[in-house]
Amino acid sequence: MALEINGKTYETDEEGYLANLSDWDEEVARKMAELDDCDLTDNHWEVINFLREYYEEYQIAPAVRVLTKAIGKKLGKDKGNSKYLYQLFPYGPAKQACKYAGLPKPTGCV
Amino acid sequence: MSEIKKFMYINRRAPYGSIYALEGLEVVLIGAAFDQDCCMAFVGDGVFQLVRGQDSTQTGMKNFSPAYKALGDYDVNRLYVERESLAERGLSEDDLMELTWEDEDDDWAEKPSIRVVSREELARLMEEQDVLLNF
Repeated sequence: MALEINGKTYETDEEGYLANLSDWDEEVARKMAELDDCDLTDNHWEVINFLREYYEEYQIAPAVRVLTKAIGKKLGKDKGNSKYLYQLFPYGPAKQACKYAGLPKPTGCV
Repeated sequence: MSEIKKFMYINRRAPYGSIYALEGLEVVLIGAAFDQDCCMAFVGDGVFQLVRGQDSTQTGMKNFSPAYKALGDYDVNRLYVERESLAERGLSEDDLMELTWEDEDDDWAEKPSIRVVSREELARLMEEQDVLLNF
């Protein structure tokens, strides 16, 4: 599979995750969100950027429980809970946000 | 809710040159994501997985050693390293990465995850587990 943005092709896997992490830019995230009928707000970007930093540091995409805890620690309790994260990413915060962030599917997600 | 089982993931191989270490780590994270009681053991060449300052560029594999630092976030906070295996390879605890976890019940105090144990102690710990998985 592939994603086409402004004439440039981005390779993805069968579930729509970006094949090469280094291909990512903000346009990729916007396009993926658009295909899901999701408008990216600052709150979405906060999570997406957080995930990219997490991956940079640990080389893994965190499972949802770990993401929730880590967000709570970094951005506060009002954001570190599944209700808030599911409102932003109804397809599953770890799965959907990782996809927009250009990360592989989180380890521990089935 | 099904009952929680005690899992020990035993790592016996060097980190690069085969896929065992990386796959083993993924399996641990999956087990932990399903709220099982997970610990890890490092024996034989498996102790090399925890050596600090890894550089995998010559191997053609990703350096995945930073991922061990995430284990604490997954509540995997008991990493048993066999003392004899370290000594046989000319290594000591100082050659290993500093891995910590945060104790929620102790005001998020950072505590070390690595515990160097003797072969005898490790055998006893293995006895206590419900499931042993070798990688």
